[in-house]
Amino acid sequence: MTTPSFPRLTAVELRKMVDTRAGFWLQLTVAALTLAIVVLVCLFGDTSDLELRSMFALAILPASILLPIVGILLVSSEWSQRTALITFTLVPRRMRVMGAKLAAGLTLGVIILAIALVVAVVAVLASGGEWTMSAAVFGQTSLLCLTAMITGIAFGAAFLSSAPAIVLSFVLPIGWSALGSIPFLNDAADWLDTTRTTEHMTDRALDGTEWAQWATSIAVWMLLPLAIGLWRIARGEIRAS
Amino acid sequence: MIEATGLTKRLGGRAVVSDVSFRCEPGTVTGFLGPNGAGKTTTMRMLVGLSAPDAGAATVLERPYRQLENPGRRVGVLLDAGAQHPGRRGREALTVSAQTMGAGSERVDELLDLVGLDRGAARKRVRQYSLGMRQRLGLAQALLGDPQVLILDEPANGLDPEGIRWMRGLLRGFADRGGTVLLSSHLLAEVEAVADRLLIIGNGRIVADGAREELLAGAGVLVRATDPAALTAALTAAGLAFTEVDGGGYVVDAAAEAVGAAALAGGVVLTHLGPSEGAGLEQLFFDLTEAPA
Repeated sequence: MTTPSFPRLTAVELRKMVDTRAGFWLQLTVAALTLAIVVLVCLFGDTSDLELRSMFALAILPASILLPIVGILLVSSEWSQRTALITFTLVPRRMRVMGAKLAAGLTLGVIILAIALVVAVVAVLASGGEWTMSAAVFGQTSLLCLTAMITGIAFGAAFLSSAPAIVLSFVLPIGWSALGSIPFLNDAADWLDTTRTTEHMTDRALDGTEWAQWATSIAVWMLLPLAIGLWRIARGEIRAS
Repeated sequence: MIEATGLTKRLGGRAVVSDVSFRCEPGTVTGFLGPNGAGKTTTMRMLVGLSAPDAGAATVLERPYRQLENPGRRVGVLLDAGAQHPGRRGREALTVSAQTMGAGSERVDELLDLVGLDRGAARKRVRQYSLGMRQRLGLAQALLGDPQVLILDEPANGLDPEGIRWMRGLLRGFADRGGTVLLSSHLLAEVEAVADRLLIIGNGRIVADGAREELLAGAGVLVRATDPAALTAALTAAGLAFTEVDGGGYVVDAAAEAVGAAALAGGVVLTHLGPSEGAGLEQLFFDLTEAPA
């Protein structure tokens, strides 16, 4: 009769990511693209790409694009498919559920990082590439992958609806790239455009200013929507759309 | 045991539920009746903590629902049979709930058997389910944790007559073993066969609350005559209060003998005189349905 434990809830949330048709195919797509992109670069890429660092960056590329969608759906589908009614009657302490979703997202991110690393190592072995990758770049690449996942969960929570969350998570970076080309917004874009702030994360160690710029963009695009979303869920009515 | 005290909910400036109080005791089935939009679902949502009341409070098993530890093991809830992910298989939907509340996978199979979803149906995705199958899946989900209380919103919706009879048996058995059942419906006929108590809500307010027999029998006698105008004149002359019901009859809050005497005095030919058998309740219900929202 005791309250469901946090690890148990996290396991349930991980299960929900893959037990629907959409979730299953999304994960399979990530896996297939990861393999395909690495194999193609091994066969046809420049020899300069045949090093562990760039292999790892390539292997993580499909995941870092598709993981936000996994994160968005993990939250928003509870509302669009109305399963929130069941989820929150079984676990009425709503922040426990959200905590489990974040933990599940991070767990999936770590699993994908591990797979990407294995794929990259195999690729370097098979192609006889260079074993070069600094610890800083490995850490930055991992951070990129995990924050992408959490940003997805944050967008899903802020909108509680799949379509606008997915569309905006793709349109906003493109929008910033366009805005950043306007001279007086150029400086702001250095701090807010995630495309710019994450540009060098997979190829070299960031300096202090770059870390500050990255942290600012993450605060605006990940922490702010997350805070808004958690507030909405904690305070709001759980209704079937 | 379910207890609501003065539950009130305002949505968009309008009171959807006003000062609703009631108790559901162990061993009973309470039929929560009211037209669509009367506030049944909003009340039930407040009972299980999905919606916060603007005033009043509710407890389930003597605690506010949100303070129950692992409520899935104590209270079975079905608010909307359509609230399942269409891309999930039926069995998987139950497994997710079972895993959340810490029930074993053998429990999932037991419940699938109990609600009559066979292996083939359990393997299908919920998208392919009929409304009746979704209701069965929803009931299985509500019963999964072997609860002491059931809160079911329109569970008979979409079930065929055989399914409704099966569900009545299921709920009766649950209550007879000491469980508490609250089930809502917008059809009197759907719940009167199984409910011990009736709770009627109209425009957000409780308009009747009592034992079924009491509510069905206590509404006087139903009388019909060849000449309705003469009948109403005779009843008025005898000082008897009456209300007109659909079908050209009148429900009189008096004994049959008094109505017969009034008819004799007024020289009216009666075509029917007998217990109202809920005609008054039905009329109350029709009036609620017709009342402008």
